[in-house]
Amino acid sequence: MTNQEIREFLQNAIAENRVMLFMKGTPDAPRCGFSMRAAAAINAMGVEYAAMDVLPDPRIREELSAISGWPTIPQLFIDGKLIGGCDIVLEMYESGELAEALGVEQPKDAEPIEGPEAPGQSGSAPLGLENRLG
Amino acid sequence: MPTAEELKARIEQALPGARVVVEDLTGGGDHFRAEVVSERFDGLSRIDQHKLVYDIFGDEIGGPIHALSIKTSTPGGDR
Repeated sequence: MTNQEIREFLQNAIAENRVMLFMKGTPDAPRCGFSMRAAAAINAMGVEYAAMDVLPDPRIREELSAISGWPTIPQLFIDGKLIGGCDIVLEMYESGELAEALGVEQPKDAEPIEGPEAPGQSGSAPLGLENRLG
Repeated sequence: MPTAEELKARIEQALPGARVVVEDLTGGGDHFRAEVVSERFDGLSRIDQHKLVYDIFGDEIGGPIHALSIKTSTPGGDR
């Protein structure tokens, strides 16, 4: 795939999926604490969303940042528009703005999602443990 | 390896008059959290406020600065 093809693929993914999350790993097996928390916030909203792992090819991340002008992962798009990264998604989750942007009611049992402290530990330790158990 | 003091100084230089607190979350010089209060954010969306801070560091984000968590606000409080 050329860079141009990757860029078009990403643009289509953003256009075709109302809620599109680019992350490291998958919602079931996030590979970074920041991606994990962004996915957890969206999961709590109970909406359908598409997620794409940026890790398989470094060019995915390069092209995505070129499209969005945003340097880090995760990145959440709603209705084709960049909403933000982990910090903004979590702020909006807690304030109820995320529910509003998604057109759903703020879940009554919405619990705060753990802050960004020690992201390496919260992201990688459980995965490492699973791997050993497997 | 960047330090919290270095990041704080660079944000203050780029956004004169800003109140800046930078923490090194892991002590390893790669995961930082910055709280920035600046008049420059007035009238900007949250995403543009964060971009203003990211832009100070350019390609270093995702490179030497593995992760930078940002919280922005204006002196007058929330928009």
